Amino acid sequence: MNSREDLRTRWLSWTELAIEALIRVLGFSTVGFVLLIFLFLLKEGVPVFFEVPLGNLFGTRWYPTFGYFGTTPLILGSAVVTVVAVVIALPLGVATAVFVREVAPSWAREILKPTIETLAGIPSVVLGFFGMTIIAPMVHQYLGAPTGLTVFTGALILAYMALPTIISVAEDALDAVPKSYRDAALAMGATQWQTIWRVVVPAARSGIAVAVMLGMGRAIGETMTVMMVTGNAARIPLSLDSLFKPVRTMTATIAAEMGEVAQGSVHYHALFGIGIILFVLTFLINLLAARSIFKKQRRGGLR
Amino acid sequence: MAACIAISCVLLLAQACGRSKDHPEGTSASEEAQTIENKGSDTLVNLALAWAETYMQAHQDVRISVTGGGSGTGIAAMINGTVDIANASREMKPEEIASAERRGISPVEFVVARDAIAIVVNPANPVSKLTLQQISEIYTGEITNWRELGGEDRPIVLLSRESNSGTYVYFLENVVRMGNQKSSLLFSPETLLMPSSEGISAEVRLNVNAIGYDGLGYVTPDQKVVAVARDGRGPYVLPSIATVNDGSYPISRPLYMYTAGKPLGQKRDFMDWLLHDGQVLVAKLGFVPISK
Repeated sequence: MNSREDLRTRWLSWTELAIEALIRVLGFSTVGFVLLIFLFLLKEGVPVFFEVPLGNLFGTRWYPTFGYFGTTPLILGSAVVTVVAVVIALPLGVATAVFVREVAPSWAREILKPTIETLAGIPSVVLGFFGMTIIAPMVHQYLGAPTGLTVFTGALILAYMALPTIISVAEDALDAVPKSYRDAALAMGATQWQTIWRVVVPAARSGIAVAVMLGMGRAIGETMTVMMVTGNAARIPLSLDSLFKPVRTMTATIAAEMGEVAQGSVHYHALFGIGIILFVLTFLINLLAARSIFKKQRRGGLR
Repeated sequence: MAACIAISCVLLLAQACGRSKDHPEGTSASEEAQTIENKGSDTLVNLALAWAETYMQAHQDVRISVTGGGSGTGIAAMINGTVDIANASREMKPEEIASAERRGISPVEFVVARDAIAIVVNPANPVSKLTLQQISEIYTGEITNWRELGGEDRPIVLLSRESNSGTYVYFLENVVRMGNQKSSLLFSPETLLMPSSEGISAEVRLNVNAIGYDGLGYVTPDQKVVAVARDGRGPYVLPSIATVNDGSYPISRPLYMYTAGKPLGQKRDFMDWLLHDGQVLVAKLGFVPISK
């Protein structure tokens, strides 16, 4: 009897150990995969920095079939589309978060929150098709652009795609503002608008900054939609009218050309080189976001 | 429970083995039901599909799967050994042949049809004829307004296929550079690279400013085909089977299939069929049959 009991506890502690080990392995493997992916990117992409002179690699002409591997228009293309998308999405997203968290009655919140989360689930190719057939012709017709496939069209749809991220993170940030702040403001005679605009939103500032960073990360990595609606012309988008001209992003370039290249060719390495640039950029953005999260925690009492 | 499952698996396996031993003709039939993988040029994909479907109806023991993706994609897949036949709207490049040979594959080329490349504009565009020289100047960005070509005062929006398309390479070499091998002209950086033929036709349909090019088989009735002349004197010719065959339409090219090594067995039969009886389908899909 006694030994049976003993066996049972030992068996239990063994399974416990095994399960713990399994969970630990799974947890660490995520980090491991990221590292492996980065190593793979480096292995495939680094050769391009030796095969192509840097002047060509950071030149202004991207004609990979004919030996011109200038990535400048692609990097600037991604940057312009992303920045414009965030500029559109930020006020919308923060306003929505404020409404959902601070203003809406609880029944409206019950409906709004899941609806906003569903937005995030719409496949990007569907949004791309929508952009191509509905938004692009409207941009062409009403805004007088020579073609509807422009930076602006892409940014509009990317903004829409970044919204769920921005809204839910910003809402969490507003949620973290202590109720005593609102009470104090209202007690001092501030209106609800003054409370929100002067007290709650500034107190949630760093959380909103994180929301913007994450939304930016979402936008810069998006591929299918931008490929379908931005026209993919590898031009330098620095002039003022570039907002209503086509552009080619890094992600669209990789997606459009990866299928074609012969493995191990210069073009193949160049596409992975773009992958490295993209990886580093998103990593930096995420790092910035993480830093502002930590800053917020250090402030301790102010939370 | 687990033991039960394991045992039933073993039983099933044994049964399967027993069955195949009992019916040897069953196994040989399934070996003959060969799958031919066929991938590549988006220009050729509809024609290749039509060939595959018609051929499979007559030959139940062959399965042919066809996918697009671009000539470069198909050739790369053939070199990597994942497909049997690569469809291409351009010849294999020397470096592609070299890369195939490094893997012990010697590609065999078949010309399976001819294709005219049509220049298309929006039906509301009054411009209806262009010379090769003008098309080249349009696509290099020298001419940027339709007014310079006798049209309305509108900016020209250039549409092209993606650079993995055989049509892109053909168009650059034979139209933009006008066949001059020493020329280093390139598409204007303002050129919109569309991921698909549908992308081009959608934009041409909706945008009065647009000009595009694509295989004649892909031109829908809601686009306007432009007549093309070799030079300012020459006759302006619309693309058709007749004008491609008599050589008067200047922008036409052969379409290819490449096999890894000389095709054998079912693959040889399929290639033989499409080069002879299969040519009937070519004209139906808007391409030009090869003359025997």
